[in-house]
Amino acid sequence: MKDKLMDFDRALELFEPVLGFEVHVELGTRTKMFSAAPNPAHPDFHDVEPNTLVDPLSLGLPGSLPVVNALAVRHSIALGLALGCEIAESSRFARKNYFYPDVPKNYQISQYDEPIAFEGQVEIELADGRQVTIPIERAHMEEDAGKLTHVGGSTGRIQGAEYSLVDYNRAGVPLVEIVTKPIFGAEHDAPELAKAYVAAIRDIVLSLGISEARMERGNLRCDANVSLRPRGQERLGTRTETKNVNSMRSVERAVRYEIQRQAAILADGGTITQETRHWHEDTGTTSAGRVKSDADDYRYFPEPDLLPVQPSRELVEELRALLPEQPVARRRRLKGDWGFSDLEFQDVVNGDMLHVVEATVAAGAAPQAARKWWTGELARVANERGVDASTLVEPAHVAELQRLIDEGTLTDRLARQALEGVIAGEGSPSEVAAARGLQVVTDESALVAAVDEALAAQPDVLQKIRDGKVQAAGAVIGAVMKAMRGQADAARVREIVLERASS
Amino acid sequence: MSEITREEVQHLAGLARIALTDDEVTSLTSELSKIVDAIAEVREVAGPDVPATSHPVPMANVMRDDEVGETLTREQVFAGAPSHDGERFRVSAILGEEQ
Repeated sequence: MKDKLMDFDRALELFEPVLGFEVHVELGTRTKMFSAAPNPAHPDFHDVEPNTLVDPLSLGLPGSLPVVNALAVRHSIALGLALGCEIAESSRFARKNYFYPDVPKNYQISQYDEPIAFEGQVEIELADGRQVTIPIERAHMEEDAGKLTHVGGSTGRIQGAEYSLVDYNRAGVPLVEIVTKPIFGAEHDAPELAKAYVAAIRDIVLSLGISEARMERGNLRCDANVSLRPRGQERLGTRTETKNVNSMRSVERAVRYEIQRQAAILADGGTITQETRHWHEDTGTTSAGRVKSDADDYRYFPEPDLLPVQPSRELVEELRALLPEQPVARRRRLKGDWGFSDLEFQDVVNGDMLHVVEATVAAGAAPQAARKWWTGELARVANERGVDASTLVEPAHVAELQRLIDEGTLTDRLARQALEGVIAGEGSPSEVAAARGLQVVTDESALVAAVDEALAAQPDVLQKIRDGKVQAAGAVIGAVMKAMRGQADAARVREIVLERASS
Repeated sequence: MSEITREEVQHLAGLARIALTDDEVTSLTSELSKIVDAIAEVREVAGPDVPATSHPVPMANVMRDDEVGETLTREQVFAGAPSHDGERFRVSAILGEEQ
């Protein structure tokens, strides 16, 4: 069913949007939260076969007992501190009870009344440089659930499915869930703010080095809560929670969509149902999911199999001293280091490419070259395909591509062809260049022969050059480049043309 | 006296996926009320000077290092599975969404 949507500006005239976010971060430790099974969120264990990273605890087998991963706790505290939170003197785990095949124990171990971190705030920056403070309610530790694939019915969705297949590799992956307080006053910036907030969390997590934070892999997942209240009304409106938002641009689009959808319902005198909504990347819409149950229905109670976590103040201070700079400060620094103009830098920020440009520079590329690749060719391809540019290639490959240009192995044009191959998964730039036979022709005699041939074919041009009309050389250079299938250095060809013409 | 109602018992039974007969609901309603009353008595004895406790032993920070241990083989994983396809467990399609 197609939702009725209200024009965004009109919706903002009538209603004030109130936002809230729950961001789940998978920690990249080697092992799971409560057992020594390998963690698929660690680079060493990516892309393995289903149900091969499981031990008795991952399957909830009788008699298995959880033991807390000390490194996951350190990472959680570090993240809490980076979010400006207080770190609890005593924190404990709780069972969240529900029946669904993704949790074989019939409960998820989470935290309820005593989270590891609480009461923080994160400064984020919008594209135009305005800063916004996002209030953080809590960050708590928990375990991820298994992954279900619905078979039968249409397009793998649950409606009409005949049965489901379950992979428990992900069951038990360490998670930190970051919950904001209600965010007021975002107004027209609500969609952009949503994206900027998730990007800020991603940047914090990356700079702490505690997760790969790749949304497309599910390392970072955002549930966006949106509610509207009529202008002048004190009481908050009913909120929906949109799930399955797995890219930065989707976060932005999903918030905009919910504002427009809810406004249309409210303006028609309808009411909003408190429910989860599922984001559909393909159609850019949300659809109704489960009606949200009260927190009581999970029957939380303290996890009897685990003892409290009581981080010493020494540990907290040790971790505080190791904190990387805040995202806003980092931006200021990078802009200065890279020497970008305001416009250039804004381009990078708008495209959410700060971290990939930074990684590309770290891999050896000059800042301007890194910027051009990401905001140029890669942004174009990403836009065509409706994905985030960072999912297309590794920053190290972009740096390598630029190095091949700088060394004179590839021309700009050949480099773009090589990039195409890298995006298609054919390997690194050097591998693609070798496999596709992309290489600048450096054989001088071949170039000279091609130039002579082109000059002979265009005697009028040759005469013009001899008469001092050097710009006429363009036609000959073009012919030579064509003969060389673009695999020659145009500047060198030009030199040869001028040499041969005057000899 | 606490006020556990039949509806609350039925709701809880539903959440716990336990089928109850009417007679069972009646007896559980009265039993649960007694349990809640008993807990209320404990609460009266424990003043504000007695901290709430979830564990009888005053220990904390029992943790392990982040070192990979043993995993199960596929054969072991599916040994007790009512249904599987050799790679994944097979479960009946369940209406409702992931939590």
